[in-house]
Amino acid sequence: MEKALFIVLAVIAVASALNILLQRNPLYSALSFIGTLAALSALYITLRAHFIAAIQIIVYAGAIMVLFVFVIMLLNAPGDQPRVDKQKGLRYLAIPFAGALIAEAFYVIRSVKPISMPALIDGDRGVGSTWSIGTGLFTQYLLPFEVTSVLILMAIVGAMVLAKREND
Amino acid sequence: MIPLSWYLGLSAVLFTIGAVGVSIKRNAISIFLCIELMLNAANLTLVAFSGFFGDLSGQLFVFIVMTVAAAEAAVGLAIIISVFRNRESLNVDDLDALKL
Repeated sequence: MEKALFIVLAVIAVASALNILLQRNPLYSALSFIGTLAALSALYITLRAHFIAAIQIIVYAGAIMVLFVFVIMLLNAPGDQPRVDKQKGLRYLAIPFAGALIAEAFYVIRSVKPISMPALIDGDRGVGSTWSIGTGLFTQYLLPFEVTSVLILMAIVGAMVLAKREND
Repeated sequence: MIPLSWYLGLSAVLFTIGAVGVSIKRNAISIFLCIELMLNAANLTLVAFSGFFGDLSGQLFVFIVMTVAAAEAAVGLAIIISVFRNRESLNVDDLDALKL
């Protein structure tokens, strides 16, 4: 049952990720990416990361993708041009490299030890709950959390400076 | 029970799709979306290890990665707007001012 759920979600994630590549219009790519984000969020719930799953929908699908769609519609740019054919010889080099990469990936995946998830001990205070994330962020990881706020401040100022017209 | 290797395999597939997208796409916004896809694939690995080992650090790291992704999206899209204003194009092949 759980495996069937995983397979359905993985197929949704990979199919919408491939659709990002196949679409020429970036708007359709952005909408397809939301499908990947939703599937990943459901996978996070199967890993008991409830807070991360909620944040994935709110921050990624909500805030970041709205920013993307806004910029795509603001610029109204033409779609992706067909690719130019240069360095055709490299195309034949790609096949052995891809084969080596796939072989390496299979070797690594096969050697992963079959461990099972630890049993749910603390109920709604276990790893992945909002309680545990909040406690971690405000005790052991307080410094990275504060640095994050400085980073966001810099991003706000940087975005405003970069997007401003130069003559006014 | 879903094995850990399935999550790692899915993450590898998503990361590869993102990396392929960065190299075959011509539109700057599409390339940016593929970078976000790679960040999400890495996040899936972190959350999978965090869940299977019962260690909170991975999920806190995912929280930080998402914040960095939001900051990156804001600054990157501002750069894209400014490039489009100067060059009237989003095709990365046109952005060759630094080429000798």
